[in-house]
Amino acid sequence: MWKFLLPFAAFVALAVLFAFGLNPSRDIHALPSPLIGRPAPAFSLTDVLDSSRPVSNDAFKGQVYVLNVWATWCVACREEHEALLSISQQHVVPIIGLDYKDQREPAKQWLEQLGNPYQVVAFDGDGRTAIDWGVYGAPETYLVDGQGRVIFKFISPMTQQIWDREFMPRIAAARRGGA
Amino acid sequence: MSRPASRFPVTPAMLVLVALGFMGSVVSHSAIQGVDANGQLEGRALQSRFERIARELRCLQCQNETIADSNAELAVDLRRQVREMLLDGKSDDAIFEFMTDRYGEFVRFSPPLEAKTLFIWGAPFVMLVVGGVIIYRVVRHRSSMPLDDGPAAGT
Repeated sequence: MWKFLLPFAAFVALAVLFAFGLNPSRDIHALPSPLIGRPAPAFSLTDVLDSSRPVSNDAFKGQVYVLNVWATWCVACREEHEALLSISQQHVVPIIGLDYKDQREPAKQWLEQLGNPYQVVAFDGDGRTAIDWGVYGAPETYLVDGQGRVIFKFISPMTQQIWDREFMPRIAAARRGGA
Repeated sequence: MSRPASRFPVTPAMLVLVALGFMGSVVSHSAIQGVDANGQLEGRALQSRFERIARELRCLQCQNETIADSNAELAVDLRRQVREMLLDGKSDDAIFEFMTDRYGEFVRFSPPLEAKTLFIWGAPFVMLVVGGVIIYRVVRHRSSMPLDDGPAAGT
């Protein structure tokens, strides 16, 4: 009896393991952010367009906002730029930009030529603020609720579909719960 | 991306302190400040701590390299962070905590032994025991079989 049951049990265990492990829709490189549910790290940087103007996410305290990490060297950021522009025109939540390990001049040109979807863009040239947020690439998009907690992190280029599917319900829930 | 230059110039007095430190570990880490032109932390103890910590942390951009091995931008930044924290007199645990707070447990190559990681630490030993039991049973089973020089078992 055991002789047959044991290999069969092992087979079932392996099958279950593979069904989860080899699921093609699971991104094996996406890491869960330990930041979820915790207060958004505060930063005080300067505006990418004006190095004398301070920018802090403190100014957005009390409202739901999005932080989008981007850079001019990041190809996928260019890919998502169109979507960000159209999302910003829907005026759902303010989008803060975090220009990650970049240079001011090309960043200015980028925003002038491609359009600026951001309420404000903080310049994080040496990537220190990004370390606080646990950024390990670009683009990354964070959602912060009215209590200033990070409630969602999305790693990949933004699209309208992803916005509608992943962000809109969370924004609605945050507003119901927070206000 | 500028190389970390020698922000703290080496004075003869510091060299003497370092030498003293080598001879009798008289000098505490805090007496030795800065990074030399090669990006090495001054003070052998501090540099070896740095190297050990850097080998323990994963570069999340490349995922299977340590930040000591990787040349990815993020690895460079995280090495800078570790160096600065060491120079600030932070403990190894404080540095690991700083990293896991931001990047999660995955940033550490060897996860700490705790309740939720018991399985991954214990699995090799469990497998060893299971394998041992299987071998023991097979061997015992075979040794209880009749020797196969009789005509029935021949090929």
